[in-house]
Amino acid sequence: MTIKLIDGEPENPTVEQGRRKGERRLHFGDAWQYSPAPESPSKVRLEPRYELFIDGQRREPSTGRYFQTINPATEQPIAEVAEAGEQDVDAAVAAARRAYENVWSKLEPLERGKYIFRIARLLQERARELAIVESMDGGKPIRESRDFDVPMAAAHFFYCAGWADKLKYAFPGREVSPLGVAAQVIPWNFPLLMAAWKIAPALACGNTVVLKPAETTPLTAMLLSDIIREAELPDGVVNIVTGAGPTGAALVSHPGVDKVAFTGSTAVGKAIQRQLAGTRTRMTMELGGKAANIVFADAALDQAVEGIINGIFFNQGHVCCAGSRLLVEESLHDLLMRKLCDRMSTLIVGDPLDKNTDIGAINSKQQLEKIRELVESGEQDGAVRFSTECAMPDRGWFFPPTVFTNVAQSSRIAREEIFGPVLSVLTFRTDAEAIERANNTCYGLSAGVWTDKGSRLFEMASKLEAGVVWGNTYNKFDPSSPFGGYKESGFGREGGRQGLLAYLEVDR
Amino acid sequence: MNERRQAGSDRRRPATSEEADGWRVAVKKTWKLYIGGAFVRSESGHSLVTADGDDNYPHGTRKDLRDAVKAAIGAQPGWAGRTAYNRGQILYRLAEVLEARRSELVHGLVRGGSADAETEVSASIDRVVSYAGWSDKYQSLLATSNPVAGPHFGFSVPEPVGVVGIVAPERPSLLGLVGSICPVIVSGNAAVVLGSEADPRTALGFCEALATSDLPGGVVNVLTGRRSELLSHFASHMGLRALDLWNVDDETAKPLEVAATENVKRVTRRALDERGWYDTDRTTSPSWIHSFVETKTIWHPMGA
Repeated sequence: MTIKLIDGEPENPTVEQGRRKGERRLHFGDAWQYSPAPESPSKVRLEPRYELFIDGQRREPSTGRYFQTINPATEQPIAEVAEAGEQDVDAAVAAARRAYENVWSKLEPLERGKYIFRIARLLQERARELAIVESMDGGKPIRESRDFDVPMAAAHFFYCAGWADKLKYAFPGREVSPLGVAAQVIPWNFPLLMAAWKIAPALACGNTVVLKPAETTPLTAMLLSDIIREAELPDGVVNIVTGAGPTGAALVSHPGVDKVAFTGSTAVGKAIQRQLAGTRTRMTMELGGKAANIVFADAALDQAVEGIINGIFFNQGHVCCAGSRLLVEESLHDLLMRKLCDRMSTLIVGDPLDKNTDIGAINSKQQLEKIRELVESGEQDGAVRFSTECAMPDRGWFFPPTVFTNVAQSSRIAREEIFGPVLSVLTFRTDAEAIERANNTCYGLSAGVWTDKGSRLFEMASKLEAGVVWGNTYNKFDPSSPFGGYKESGFGREGGRQGLLAYLEVDR
Repeated sequence: MNERRQAGSDRRRPATSEEADGWRVAVKKTWKLYIGGAFVRSESGHSLVTADGDDNYPHGTRKDLRDAVKAAIGAQPGWAGRTAYNRGQILYRLAEVLEARRSELVHGLVRGGSADAETEVSASIDRVVSYAGWSDKYQSLLATSNPVAGPHFGFSVPEPVGVVGIVAPERPSLLGLVGSICPVIVSGNAAVVLGSEADPRTALGFCEALATSDLPGGVVNVLTGRRSELLSHFASHMGLRALDLWNVDDETAKPLEVAATENVKRVTRRALDERGWYDTDRTTSPSWIHSFVETKTIWHPMGA
């Protein structure tokens, strides 16, 4: 079982364009046979049915309806979850208002902070359980939920907790006060982490919240509601209403809400803004992206390849800041593609609960269809596709790591957010062309730059229209680091001192 | 010399042969829009008449707005690319030029109906000086070094949002104009401004100071016209990245905010009465600059 050199595959131009005719290439074949290493779900005890979490209580939904949440790796239902209607949203907002006025705004700030510290600790104590449920419900590899989502969620609560009693120092000379009740709608790609990004700063700044998790991934939010009860937070400070689009629409347009925080698609974000036009409801929007990951010929090549892989295949590419447009300096293109395709061929697609898995399940059937549709359009547009021939599970929703070369700037796969493990490659010759191409999008969430030259890195970083620029790295996050977009990728920041502004009234 | 011959607003005509002898006809100014550093007529070819009936002023249109946005988009990167020190000096130069034009500005404000023109001009000049001083300081207050938990160096800096549409307040027509433009351009944004409809001459007269202040053409573009016609075009123009709406009520704002979502404009809508513009604690707060910057976060690994 060794890595072999085999003859080239002339029928696949993407893989072969970097090779001389007849040159042999690495063939991994069965070089690495991993024994299955699944994380056992046996210690996780899920309830068959989850109710709403309103005013500190489990509440049956007024609709009487429940929907199933499905494990995307098995296509089997995991649990039933309540579908909140308008009455339930009403009750949740009213509970949040009462909690805000009677308790949360009356507490000493440090005491508020101490509750939030408790949440952070409880998340750490139940970390493995949360990671397993996150992977079961959403399809992400257990390595990511265990090593990234859950610890980062805890870190956000821990970070924000410390701000609670220091807000007056955050913006010196400027008066700050909480906003009141925050309505928060979050997506399915990082369910627990997004809940933390939303709830932690809101609470630290003295607001109370009503959170709506995504309908395909509600389970870790329900576990979080247990933790919130365990942390003995006053009733109504955090309320969680589950449901689909209509529940979210009822929540964000509720007149009792002072602030709306949304993370999700640009289309839905715009719809919410239209709904709230003229109301003076405060908003922050974290929307879509089509990030350029720019690789110069002088970059440390192997590190760049790892960064590209991490940039687009992290969380199956279900990442708003995914490096989905690879811009390669023309002279490097063939060599880079050869290395990239070789590296892609080692990625393991499979059971999200297996610790060897690199790429888990696509979150939903609907999302898988969207990815397939866009990939098909890429092929029709004349782009050259390479998908790895890795073993695929025989059930569940999966998509192989895919890269397109020969992509036109006007092609849909170069312009639209695919939100899947699909990379589009374009080339450039000069720094100015790289900037021009990178900024030629309505989005502006993030970008990557790979170069050995510091002055070039800073020049690129300053000219890229993106809220986060990763230099010689990609997809790094931290509670102390503001995250958010330029242009149609939204407005407002999450994380850091700047993130507090989303939940404070500052004199203006 | 006959006193009447001096007065620009004198409507008297020479009636007798004595008066006609040596009569001087005052040269009246053609008021023009200020776009791309040039004074231009409205493409509409139409004018509106000032409230006192003395002057025509340009009836700006959607096409004028588009021209202005185009000029602003062209000028903005160069302006943002100036050093903060240089932007500060240019703003200070603007204050110098305004001071030299004090009497003209006062005269214009009096004609435009300002309650206290001398005070308003002084406050306007001082406002520019204050923001000139902000140009290289707000960054230190808004930026952060991010203590991330890993071997990375991380920091966040404010950057200009791009081209900002400003709908200036009706009153005070000079201080409101200056006070809304300065916090927008100090950070490297360009502005397309709709001047007061109540006193349009003041906005256009102010542009003569802009034109001689070393401010690159296109950084500030000023239109006059009807708010009721132009607001919707400000809201829908895809080249504007942000809107600064002054004293626009909820009902008027609703369709504007709907249109603004098309390119996810950052809409800042505030109300301030005439006296409020003299409250320097408020009007020179870094919050006002903060409304029109984006935060950019940059990461880089540390270690070999």
